[in-house]
Amino acid sequence: MTDVVMPQMGESIVEGTLTRWLKKPGERVERDEPLFEISTDKVDTEIPSPAAGVLSEVLVVEGTTVGINTVVARIGDGVEAAAAPPPAAAPPPLVAAPAPPPVEAAPEESGPLSPLVRRMAREHGIALARIKGSGAGGRITKQDVEAYIAQQSAAPAAAAPVEARVPVPPPRAEQAKIRVEPMSTMRARIAEHMVLSKRTSAHVTTIHKVDMTKVAKARAKAKDDFQSRYGMSLTYLPFVTRATAEALRAFPLLNASIDGNNIVYHNEIHIGIAVALENGLIVPVIRHAGEKNVVGLQRAIVDLAARARSRQLKPDEVQGGTFSISNFGGFGSVIATPVINQPQVAILGVGVVEKTPVVIDDAIAIRSICYLSLSFDHRLIDGALGDQFTHRIKTVLENWSEEVL
Amino acid sequence: MRKCEVRDLGRIGYAEAYELQRTLVEQRKQGLIPDQLLLLEHPHTVTLGRNGKLDHLLAGEDALRAAGIAFCETDRGGDITYHGPGQIVGYPILDLREWKRDVGAYVRALEQVQIDALAYFGIAAGRVCNCTGVWVGDAKIAAIGVHISRWVTSHGFALNVSTDLSHFQYIVPCGLTKPVTSMAALGVRASLEEVKARVAESFGRVVQYTED
Repeated sequence: MTDVVMPQMGESIVEGTLTRWLKKPGERVERDEPLFEISTDKVDTEIPSPAAGVLSEVLVVEGTTVGINTVVARIGDGVEAAAAPPPAAAPPPLVAAPAPPPVEAAPEESGPLSPLVRRMAREHGIALARIKGSGAGGRITKQDVEAYIAQQSAAPAAAAPVEARVPVPPPRAEQAKIRVEPMSTMRARIAEHMVLSKRTSAHVTTIHKVDMTKVAKARAKAKDDFQSRYGMSLTYLPFVTRATAEALRAFPLLNASIDGNNIVYHNEIHIGIAVALENGLIVPVIRHAGEKNVVGLQRAIVDLAARARSRQLKPDEVQGGTFSISNFGGFGSVIATPVINQPQVAILGVGVVEKTPVVIDDAIAIRSICYLSLSFDHRLIDGALGDQFTHRIKTVLENWSEEVL
Repeated sequence: MRKCEVRDLGRIGYAEAYELQRTLVEQRKQGLIPDQLLLLEHPHTVTLGRNGKLDHLLAGEDALRAAGIAFCETDRGGDITYHGPGQIVGYPILDLREWKRDVGAYVRALEQVQIDALAYFGIAAGRVCNCTGVWVGDAKIAAIGVHISRWVTSHGFALNVSTDLSHFQYIVPCGLTKPVTSMAALGVRASLEEVKARVAESFGRVVQYTED
């Protein structure tokens, strides 16, 4: 048996991702014939087989990142492996839990076992009969147990010394209970970005209650005309965006970003609008949002959202935003606390607009109420400023005076 | 004495250049030729590396064809990228055993080649940690993707000189990616020939050839 290890592709390389097996278990491989491919930072490398023989065991599944010198496969000479003399006390093969590829029955604790191997097996709950020993006389070595654990464990087990960042398939007996699939690239990027944001900014959220009755009236009045003129419905979002642009002009710190110890003020207002996709999220940007009226904003929102969903956005349409809005009200949410879209310093969340009984001058009235939540980066923006900004949006919306059409 | 032959292939199709690389890699493995640096330009082509995902292709293959852009899956490292006129593509065919047996150092060296060449034209380019490639501010100006077989390299780098950047629109995965830029977009008017000469010169220095 020859162990095939993850090679060291240079001093600077400590791990690699096994991207593809070029041979299947059971296939014959010649010495120096490409056996698998690995990928390290932007470099794909074919790895030749260290020996001629039959690929008897593949211990690392495609897509797994492992450290250098990890055993990824074993090559046997084929003939010998098949004809290995059966041990004297071979137990019947375990039926309930099928063994990994080499199908010959392994001896139960064949030969003397080191205390380390026994302990590892006990700690990991491994039946040693399922492990094929590669040591002298089929003796099970520490490396055999490690390789077995690496192959079987879905996540890096506490004591498993093999680093496996991409989960390998779970043991077969578990397959009915869970399903493991790699994240899509977009999902991985979103995950990375969300955590980065939470780690970067000191998130604080302030929530203001806004009476949208005037906006609701303006919208109701313009709705049908808008629909027939532009072929799209008029929502609350362009009104909120318009008010936000005005507030950003009044409070430029909310339209800024942080670069080290510097505050970067953006003279232009480019507002990103979070768009939910089937399996993710994208934030296309309305450029020069401050220069658009409600009609222009609504058209931009519809256009960007449609092209986001059909994946036709251009790169500069998802970049360069200076502030973002998340319209979770569209999904019925009343209040949420959005995560800042880095490197911006604030994001406005818009809750659903609902008719609500409120007290005005000691009388109960029915008004269209909406909660606006502003998550801001407390490193740069003090609470008072965050509230002044949100209050400005509220004031514009509550006193809506602009003609829509 | 280590030598490197520099070949300027002009504009050449992706498949044709790929075949040439394969031939040269074989010859290099057998020690029939010294190290090679191929400098060239591709017609409009989008290529997908081994670790690339097709969902990074925004446009769909039909839309690409309609735009006159070829699409090739290939065996270099890295993700999806665009090649086209105005972009210098460099394919070094090196035997790393004669330099450093270190793929990480090789990638850093390719970055340094671009950084040095750009510095000559007054562009302060650099690295962004954990993002291979060469960057000016937040924008990528040169991309890197390499294939290695028995320590012999192929594929390499792509430096945007006067590339029409709008063609990158077809391949941006999502809003979290960074923009691309070119020397022309940064206000540097330089011919491909001038830049190629600089790239070859800095390549020779960074990879430590004693003569060209």
